[in-house]
Amino acid sequence: MKTAEWINTKEYKELNFARKSLVINPTKACQPLGSFFCAAGFEKTLAYEHGSQGCTAYFRNNLSRHYREPFPAVSDSMTEDAAVFGGRANMIEGLRNAYEIYQPEMIAMCTSCMSEVIGDDLKAFISNSRDAESVPANLPVAFAHTPSFVGSHLTGYDSMLLGIIETLSEGASEEGIRNGKINIIPGFDPHVENIRELKRYMKLMDVDCTILADNSESLDSPLTGEYEMYKGKTTLAEAADSVNAVATLSMQAYSTLKTLKAFKIKYGQEIEAFHYPMGISAFDQFLMKVSEITEKPIPEAIEWERGLAVDAATDAHQYFHGRRFSLFGDPDLMMGLVGFLMELGGEPVHIVSTNGTKKWVKMMEKTLAASPHGSEAQIHAGRDLWHMRSLLMTEPVEMLIGNSHGKYAAKDAGIPHVRIGFPIVDRVNLHRYATLGYKGAINLITWIANALIEEVDRKSDDAHFELLR
Amino acid sequence: MGLRVVTMWSGDGTIESMKQNHEVKLNLIHCYRSMNYIARHMEETYGIPWMEYNFFGPTKIEASIRAIAARFDGKIREQAEAVITKYRPFMDAVVEKYRPRLGGKKVMLYVGGLRPRHVIGAYEDLGMEVIGTGYEFGHADDYQRTFPQVKEGTVIYDDVTQFEFDELVKKLEPDLVGSGIKEKYVFQKMGVPFRQMHSWDYSGPYHGYQGFPIFARDMDMAVNSPTWDLVRAPWK
Repeated sequence: MKTAEWINTKEYKELNFARKSLVINPTKACQPLGSFFCAAGFEKTLAYEHGSQGCTAYFRNNLSRHYREPFPAVSDSMTEDAAVFGGRANMIEGLRNAYEIYQPEMIAMCTSCMSEVIGDDLKAFISNSRDAESVPANLPVAFAHTPSFVGSHLTGYDSMLLGIIETLSEGASEEGIRNGKINIIPGFDPHVENIRELKRYMKLMDVDCTILADNSESLDSPLTGEYEMYKGKTTLAEAADSVNAVATLSMQAYSTLKTLKAFKIKYGQEIEAFHYPMGISAFDQFLMKVSEITEKPIPEAIEWERGLAVDAATDAHQYFHGRRFSLFGDPDLMMGLVGFLMELGGEPVHIVSTNGTKKWVKMMEKTLAASPHGSEAQIHAGRDLWHMRSLLMTEPVEMLIGNSHGKYAAKDAGIPHVRIGFPIVDRVNLHRYATLGYKGAINLITWIANALIEEVDRKSDDAHFELLR
Repeated sequence: MGLRVVTMWSGDGTIESMKQNHEVKLNLIHCYRSMNYIARHMEETYGIPWMEYNFFGPTKIEASIRAIAARFDGKIREQAEAVITKYRPFMDAVVEKYRPRLGGKKVMLYVGGLRPRHVIGAYEDLGMEVIGTGYEFGHADDYQRTFPQVKEGTVIYDDVTQFEFDELVKKLEPDLVGSGIKEKYVFQKMGVPFRQMHSWDYSGPYHGYQGFPIFARDMDMAVNSPTWDLVRAPWK
């Protein structure tokens, strides 16, 4: 009891923030999880992990819990003997089995910590497997080294995407050849409806685009009475041709650091990195960039939708204005949320991102300084959810925003918790709602404002339990 | 102040306490339009004097507290001064915080009851200027009570239609309109900040020492909400 009270104090917070050699509930996941997520976006592609079964089970488990969808993936099941002798034999056999049983048109291979610690050479092993005729000579086997003792799911996504693009486009890139299209990379975006929305906006603008990679159907598909394993929507031909596009736009800079750089330097394209452009102004900027690159105007239909979002924002501004929020999650999500909240007059107070870098902190500082509503904010890069708990208990706010893992801290602090991010494993269907675009802005306004209003109702005694709010 | 409140009509009043109303020394009425009838009745029947008061914004609150205290003895007057002294720093802090954000902003009102005149002082405490006001169902005596509260040149309108009100707002270009729910979204669609002044937009209360900080905060969020910057698409 004494300890339960003590961990809520400022004194404990100081000790907690002095903690160095322990991470408690970080706001990030493993590299291979990001690789699997990325692989699910490509046509007839099998996600393959060169490593132990348990890792693959964990990624499938987490992805299926969030989306309530199947998530097919294989591992070559490395065990103790592979840890001693290396995993070459596992891969030769694993690739053969995987190809024979599941007939993929591409295999997207990542590693686990175990194979990385041993130092398995994927390129050499894949070549050995081809020699052993495990897979047909022309079957693309893209790969990425994804050790989880560095980086995160974002790094894994980035490395796998780059691996796939490089593998598929071999020989496809010719200097001076441009196919007139643009590439859009959603990044590690757990809200799959965003991909559908991006495609819809591009169609409304008459812009020909390739989504790299479109996993919207892998992670949200109709129930028809038949199970189909492969649902990746980006075709291998499109992906190969993506290196000839005019420009590549990333919706999440920190999911695509290496990939974007390759599109710029190796493939000579114009690139633009966004930071999960949530809210109205940030999405305006995205559309204007697309319009600038493609020289296609933004049509009336989009302006009309924008107007609806502005209407929703003004209708709800009184529920946001001056309210204090704490948020946690991926660096780009934090940028998007901060921009969105400040646009409505909300005040971000604690911003916790385990993946936050020094550069990200600088950028965040700049964003916060641009609005009077950012003056209270503290940026906590490299911190975890146990730090967040100390922050919530000692410097109260009115709402926590982040994935399901925040629910314990929110409960202890007695504040509502709106779920945005990955994973969301205790609410249904949120991944089916956009968080980007003008509809996304309306969704965010709805979730956040209603949660705050519900809290007022919940806390009101009979005399103050009003019909109108 | 040391006064004993015998009963309230109606709000939190009870039948039991209302039955003692004829024995009080003074009736205080907040909403003149609805309560002057019963106050006059008690004055004629029981000889109870009555007076109006205004608790919107520190200037009017202080004047009202003094006017009420003046009806009682020296002890009450002393205690009234103590109340004013106690709350002055809180009110000064509110004014200091919000006046720089709201000073010079123009307001148009169109409400019912007492508000078209009573809230003017509160706006003025924040440095705002009421450039137009009017009643939906005011009588001549309401307007007589309004004229001393407004500056020369203020537009006064009686029972305006939505059409007339729209045209007046377009012409006078206020920074804030305070009216009711039926007007709210018309003006917001025009991009004009708005607060409901009947229901306090489900916020409030706005009167008294505790209400003024809420009033100031709400007017600030309406006028200065960043959402108004979004009205025009930037590519237009």
